[in-house]
Amino acid sequence: MAQFLLELFSEEIPARMQDGAARDLERLARDGLTAAEIPFDTIRTFAGSRRLALVVDGLPTAQPDRLEERKGPRIGAPDAALAGFLRSAGVEREALVEKDGAYFAVIARAGRPTADILSGLTETIVAKFPWPKSMTWGSGKLRWVRPLHSLICVFDRQIVPAAIEGVRVGDISEGHRFMGHGRPFRARDFDEYREALAGHFVVLDVSERKRRIVDKARALCAGRGLEVVEDDGLLDEVAGMVEWPTPILGDMDPRFLNLPPEVVRTSMRTHQRYFAVREVGGGRLAPHFLCVANIETPDGGALISVGNARVLSARLDDARFFWDSDRKTPLEARLETLKGVTFHTQLGTMLQRVERIEALARRIAPLVGADADLAARAGRLAKADLATGLVGEFPELQGVMGGYYAAAQDEPGDVVAAVRDHYKPQGPGDSVPREPVTVAVALADKLDTLTGFFGIGQAPTGSRDPFALRRAALGVIRLIFDNQLRVSISHLARLAGAESPETLLGFFGDRLKVALRDQGKRHDLVDAVFALGDEDLVRVVARIDALSAFLAAEDGANLLAGFKRASNILAAESRKGPLPEGLPKRAASPAEEADLFDALGAARPDIDAALAAEDYSGAMTALAALRAPVDAFFDKVLVNAPEADVRANRLRLLAAVRDEMSKVAEFSLVTG
Amino acid sequence: MTLPGPLSFQDLILELHRFWSAQGCVILQPYDVEVGAGTLHPGTVLRALGPKPWRAAYVQPSRRPSDGRYGENPNRLRHFHQYQVILKPNPTDMQALYLASLEAIGIDPRLHDIRFVEDDWENPTVGAWGLGWEVWCDGMEISQYTYFQQVGGLDVSPVSGELTYGLERLALYVQGVDNVYDLAFNDRQSPAFKTYGEVFLENERQFSTFEQETADVAVLKRQFEDMEREVPRLLAETGRQGQALVLPAYDHVLKASHLFNLMDARGSIAVAERQSYIGRIRDLCRACAQAWLTLEETAV
Repeated sequence: MAQFLLELFSEEIPARMQDGAARDLERLARDGLTAAEIPFDTIRTFAGSRRLALVVDGLPTAQPDRLEERKGPRIGAPDAALAGFLRSAGVEREALVEKDGAYFAVIARAGRPTADILSGLTETIVAKFPWPKSMTWGSGKLRWVRPLHSLICVFDRQIVPAAIEGVRVGDISEGHRFMGHGRPFRARDFDEYREALAGHFVVLDVSERKRRIVDKARALCAGRGLEVVEDDGLLDEVAGMVEWPTPILGDMDPRFLNLPPEVVRTSMRTHQRYFAVREVGGGRLAPHFLCVANIETPDGGALISVGNARVLSARLDDARFFWDSDRKTPLEARLETLKGVTFHTQLGTMLQRVERIEALARRIAPLVGADADLAARAGRLAKADLATGLVGEFPELQGVMGGYYAAAQDEPGDVVAAVRDHYKPQGPGDSVPREPVTVAVALADKLDTLTGFFGIGQAPTGSRDPFALRRAALGVIRLIFDNQLRVSISHLARLAGAESPETLLGFFGDRLKVALRDQGKRHDLVDAVFALGDEDLVRVVARIDALSAFLAAEDGANLLAGFKRASNILAAESRKGPLPEGLPKRAASPAEEADLFDALGAARPDIDAALAAEDYSGAMTALAALRAPVDAFFDKVLVNAPEADVRANRLRLLAAVRDEMSKVAEFSLVTG
Repeated sequence: MTLPGPLSFQDLILELHRFWSAQGCVILQPYDVEVGAGTLHPGTVLRALGPKPWRAAYVQPSRRPSDGRYGENPNRLRHFHQYQVILKPNPTDMQALYLASLEAIGIDPRLHDIRFVEDDWENPTVGAWGLGWEVWCDGMEISQYTYFQQVGGLDVSPVSGELTYGLERLALYVQGVDNVYDLAFNDRQSPAFKTYGEVFLENERQFSTFEQETADVAVLKRQFEDMEREVPRLLAETGRQGQALVLPAYDHVLKASHLFNLMDARGSIAVAERQSYIGRIRDLCRACAQAWLTLEETAV
């Protein structure tokens, strides 16, 4: 069994694309080998900043030989036709077999050498590689993520030629750009390749690179009572930027610890790709940073450490300039600037938006138990930090900085928290505010966005949601749930000035379904409850939960079947003519009809009482009392009785059962 | 090559000139119209278009009025210098050439952490984009490295490789100085030794105030509109040899672009207007790019 090794050596590949590239490389190789009917044991792929590598083990040296049957003329066809077929198939008369009234030639096809297949496969991989963004370079037409320089392409220790425009194909590659002697190396199989890379200061495997970063970082911090602030996203990125990961613990000027820690961390992370470092247990940032260099230097990284510290100082000096100058202007005065900033051409300036949020927060406040004046104040200041220098520099700190500036000008704590947290929740992983004032402003912020954009016909379509309206709606839903707020969506929408709350309501229904489905709830049950027109989300979810539990039990499942049967009969009858109006009467006989009438009469007050008390499990239990009588009714009673008045009464009875059940949920929408 | 201590600001430029001159570049002078970046020099934007080989290097003083800090920030300037190199078509060993240029100015890549960090460059006002990197030296972005894919909204072939060195940042690094105004501009032994601050601090102070507070927005707006009208008019005119007046037209695009930057620094451009201004400049630039390409292709 033989091995195929392919390395695609290029200029630096963006870190964020490397994982996907490794997967795509594996898929292309697997698909190509499968299509060529070449068996193999394992496929491994690797991605790093300058190379993608593929290793396939357990390959045969040729495709398996195959017998191919080719259909010829029918038996008894003229000799000339048969002779022509023998010529074209290249077989003798004796090699023909007769089957289904025709001649078949059985032709032995020798499998092509695997190397030939791999040559074509390599060319296909390069031509078809699905980079998210690719480019051309020089005078050529070849596309790759960055200029592609060379390929190692060897099978069974032999070079596999492949024709790729302007690219050297062979058994030669390079190691680390700067470390070692920088000369190229040769490799004819994966062991040689991996060994050569290690000797040339390249760690091929990304998980190995990550492990080295984490281990070395820990070792650097351990002796000094420090720990690295973990950040998996940053680790992924950094591991894709270095071939020889070399963590360095640098010193930060302690005077920057006076800056808000978010500023320090954002600057480290987004600008510099440093990990923040804190005191063990204390949680406070320490005056250090951890950067991951791509090189070990003779001076042990001394120059690198000093250089990085200087860059960080420069970044933080700029942040400090803004932090100091921003606090000289009260937030209120920033509104003047927001007057000159357009939120959206059809939705006015940012100042107009602020005024809407302010008024809306005041109106929402009593619904969420917040002080109306504080909510309005927080709404007024919520967006002021957009006009500050620091948020201009670090847009991701919007809100956070507003909170600091509000605190600096001695706003009440509730206002500070609301300014800081009103963008929350921003994503599924984000926390949901609980402070009433914050909840009021957070709702106002999102509802203004939603009613505004829906009002100008900018509802999301398909995958296009440029104003993040789905996220805003989901934010509203989570604010309502997590705070168990008893408000209707359309009431909120009307408070926000929506002209047609219905559209918005439908949108919320869809978002709710998605949210509940993510929690593992059945969306047909969501539909069944939503169809009742109740907009109290807390109630809606309680109903869904109760319904879900009910249908999971035997009574529920059976009653659902009974409901469907009743509905089908009623639907069929209504097609023939109008259903009888009025209420059913108690039939003297048969007993099953009378029993159902009685059971319905007995259940009705229980159901109503439970619904009024928002006790949905209670309502389901009351409904469950109908299961046995409904089953018995369908078992023993013929709805389509010959006597018109008997038939009409039975239809009325079924309609009454259906209507009663529909108070609890729209069972017709339950699919399971 | 051994160097007697760190290079002064101007020696840095001279070393780069020497290096890129040896690579067969035309050493151009800065373009004498205010621009926000070295790319905008016609030696890059226009020359990147069309089939003819081109190698050039030059310093371009660049103005970013919004970045003015009144001379109070040690790292931010509203007027700074970019060293710009364009190689068309880009040679296969362009990365190695670039790294060799760093060695030529005293940055030993075996002692520092040099990284190529993804940065897809685009300049919407000239309808240009390319793929490449920011080059980091010990965490500091010292250069932008781009393979142009489009300029003036037109696909380029062959592809130009563009290098932009931030000269002040490089000098800070090479000289080991923390404050840009403390950089040695010329030789410290000179009887008239000057720091960067002695040469440019007053400019930063006066122009920060002018650009962010004093410039007359109404005048800027009117001038912008004048420039905007001039571009199509000039493109429609014909020179003595029968060509469109692309180069003068392009100068007017540059002026419009700078006027836009000034209005922006004055805070007089609403977010919603911004795209429309950028779109207007891009359209002007496109028209010039198209006219230039026609000229290049017919003049083969």
